[in-house]
Amino acid sequence: MENKNGLRAPVSQKPHVVPKPEDTSTIGGTVSIEINDVKYSVPLGTTILEACRENHIHIPTLCHHDDLCIAGVCRLCVVEVTGMRTLQASCAYPITAPIKIKTSTPMVRKARRHIIDLMLSEHHGECYSCVRNNNCELQALAKEYGVDCYNFGHVKESQYEIDDSSYSVVRDMDKCVLCKRCVRTCIDLQEVGVLEAINRGGETMISTFMDKQLADVICINCGQCINRCPTGALHEKDTSDDIWKAIDDHAKHVVIQTAPSPRAAIGEEFGLGAGHSMTYELNTALKRIGFDAVFDTNFTADLTIIEEGTELIIRLYKALIEKDKEVALPQFTSCSPGWVKYLEHFYPEYIPNLSSAKSPQQMFGALIKTFYADKVGVDAKDIVSVAVMPCSAKKFECNRPEMEDSGFKDVDYGLTTREMAKMIKEAGIHLPEMPKTHFDSPFGDASGAGLIFGATGGVMEAAIRTVVEFVTGNKTEDIFEKANILPLRGFEGIKYMEIPIGNNVGPVPDLIKHLVPDWNWLKGAVLKVAVAHGTANAKKIMEDIKRGGKFSECHFIEFMACPGGCIGGGGQPIPTTPEIRKKRAEAIYAEDESLEIRKSHDNPSIKKIYQEFLNEGPCSHLSHKLLHTHYKKRGRYIA
Amino acid sequence: MLVVEKNSLTDEIEVLVEKYGKERSSLLPILQEIQRNHKYISDFAQQEIARLLDIHPVEVYSVITFYSFLNAKPKGRNIVRLCRTITCDLLGKENVVAAIERELGIKFGETTKDNRITLEYANCLGMCDQGPALLVNDKVYTELTPEKAVQILNSVR
Repeated sequence: MENKNGLRAPVSQKPHVVPKPEDTSTIGGTVSIEINDVKYSVPLGTTILEACRENHIHIPTLCHHDDLCIAGVCRLCVVEVTGMRTLQASCAYPITAPIKIKTSTPMVRKARRHIIDLMLSEHHGECYSCVRNNNCELQALAKEYGVDCYNFGHVKESQYEIDDSSYSVVRDMDKCVLCKRCVRTCIDLQEVGVLEAINRGGETMISTFMDKQLADVICINCGQCINRCPTGALHEKDTSDDIWKAIDDHAKHVVIQTAPSPRAAIGEEFGLGAGHSMTYELNTALKRIGFDAVFDTNFTADLTIIEEGTELIIRLYKALIEKDKEVALPQFTSCSPGWVKYLEHFYPEYIPNLSSAKSPQQMFGALIKTFYADKVGVDAKDIVSVAVMPCSAKKFECNRPEMEDSGFKDVDYGLTTREMAKMIKEAGIHLPEMPKTHFDSPFGDASGAGLIFGATGGVMEAAIRTVVEFVTGNKTEDIFEKANILPLRGFEGIKYMEIPIGNNVGPVPDLIKHLVPDWNWLKGAVLKVAVAHGTANAKKIMEDIKRGGKFSECHFIEFMACPGGCIGGGGQPIPTTPEIRKKRAEAIYAEDESLEIRKSHDNPSIKKIYQEFLNEGPCSHLSHKLLHTHYKKRGRYIA
Repeated sequence: MLVVEKNSLTDEIEVLVEKYGKERSSLLPILQEIQRNHKYISDFAQQEIARLLDIHPVEVYSVITFYSFLNAKPKGRNIVRLCRTITCDLLGKENVVAAIERELGIKFGETTKDNRITLEYANCLGMCDQGPALLVNDKVYTELTPEKAVQILNSVR
């Protein structure tokens, strides 16, 4: 039978055609539309969702995330478009012609309510006992749409077993709403490829290769999936109870180190906007909770710069002067445990390129249970060493068997920013109102160079601030205004920079005098460095190096597993969006600029530790024992 | 799996990748051939396919689990699929189910101990006018009665 348009297909099977612009010269131009009878003008190609958000019209979404590609699977963002028979997913509808949109009609509201009811019908778990209670997108939507009963029933019993095999990430599929944000995060954003949807129809679920446990597949523990999960289906493995236990045990000396990124973000958990640094308020709060000493991870970040920088100089010297063919260049940074595990799995043949220097967290752990234990006269076995990190992979890192160089587990617990905020709240403390306290001695001071480790490009900037002064003898400020190395900042996926050394070299500083006789061999050289954040970008660089491309000629490359670096880490407050990452980075750079000491080698505590404890200098026997490590060729075969 | 078996499987997949190309779209024909030749696609084969197509093993697994005719785990020598869709149901499917389960001593979704038969349900086989319908490997049997079904099963080796 023919319908009124003369087509044989029934109306229900007629494909929707998104109107193309009649005049292609308008591409890049604007188009005028009507949303809820108000006229707007938007750039051609804007999605309906973007147009609405731009104009402060709220559209609920679950599968949409600013970091990820469009999926259009949750259908919550449906709107009416005049002339279209069915509701349209606003996130996946690019505006190419003047259209009229209605965002709140009875049909839209009913459809959204139905979708929420259907999700709730399969969502098992009590809100009270959920880590995401009060910060859950599904819970918020249920409230927004006035869900007061389960229209389509509610699953009473757990359907899936909780997978807590990993040190970092726990999967509770009972709470999954199949938005596939984690899938897009893992495959597109990070290119690790742990999670995918399996089966079909009503049996669809998110799973791993051959339904194995997370600990048995190639997961780098970056936690980016946790950060994007709208519900409590993915969360970190919470160790805060163990820490409370240690604090309450008076025989234990519990110390904590705080990394720069959690300090720039933890305020968000207490209702502050993004970009408020809480460094000194956090110190007070931690002391009030009951930690015996609070240290600044930036101190070991400074130490990392000295150790890793020295290692680079040794590598360059061996390669250029001693013509040692075994030396692996470019040298890769090793502070990001997600990146380290990524390399171990996907490019194990490049492990020699990885700096042997431990991450700042692990360096601190080793020093606390040796140097510090001696200094305060506490038996290392009674010290419980905690680290607040923006990171879920740090939980895995501190449990690596090779991280016991002090004779004990160097770091006992890695806490995420979220867990820390939870503990502070549990102690009845409102963080923003805390007075400010400084870090405890003997590690007290840290430089701004250690601080900027938190943002992508920060490690490289810190390293260059030191290397440039070491080699040229000139102040970094003379070369880069205010010692800010701007080409390394910002969120471009891959950054590249060349630094000409010039013909004037300075004397070799005392600290590394025993390693290189002079700098004449670096005269006229050009130092080539690169920065990548997010493992998808890391993969691009690695493939280029494999092909022998531009990056294979670099000397030093910084890799961070998480987009934006640590400030966008998997342990950071939820949500994390590009805008929030930008604000956190700004907070870190502002704090750096406010500090007096902004170069790692200027840090007096660093000078002191090389005099008092690591007195054979960087990359010496003792520093190799405590501050350096080795890696494991894991490969990508899943047994 | 023995190293020799692994190597020959890798060789086989390499030939298939050569034949169909390294694009993502080659995944299905490659999987179909491996399924045809080996009756299932082992976890090793999945990872080799993923490696050679430069995708993730979990994506291969995801595709396999999506399609009923691709298996990630070994099944019986013969796969018997009974249509469970509404027409066959109205035409007396339940009696056939009872007879088959009694005859083989297994339930649907299971495999006989001697590995001879795996029982599964299938959705519409397109034989609604001649139901109940049964698929043995790739051969269709129609207008089943419990007796006829048992007879067919006994002829399957």
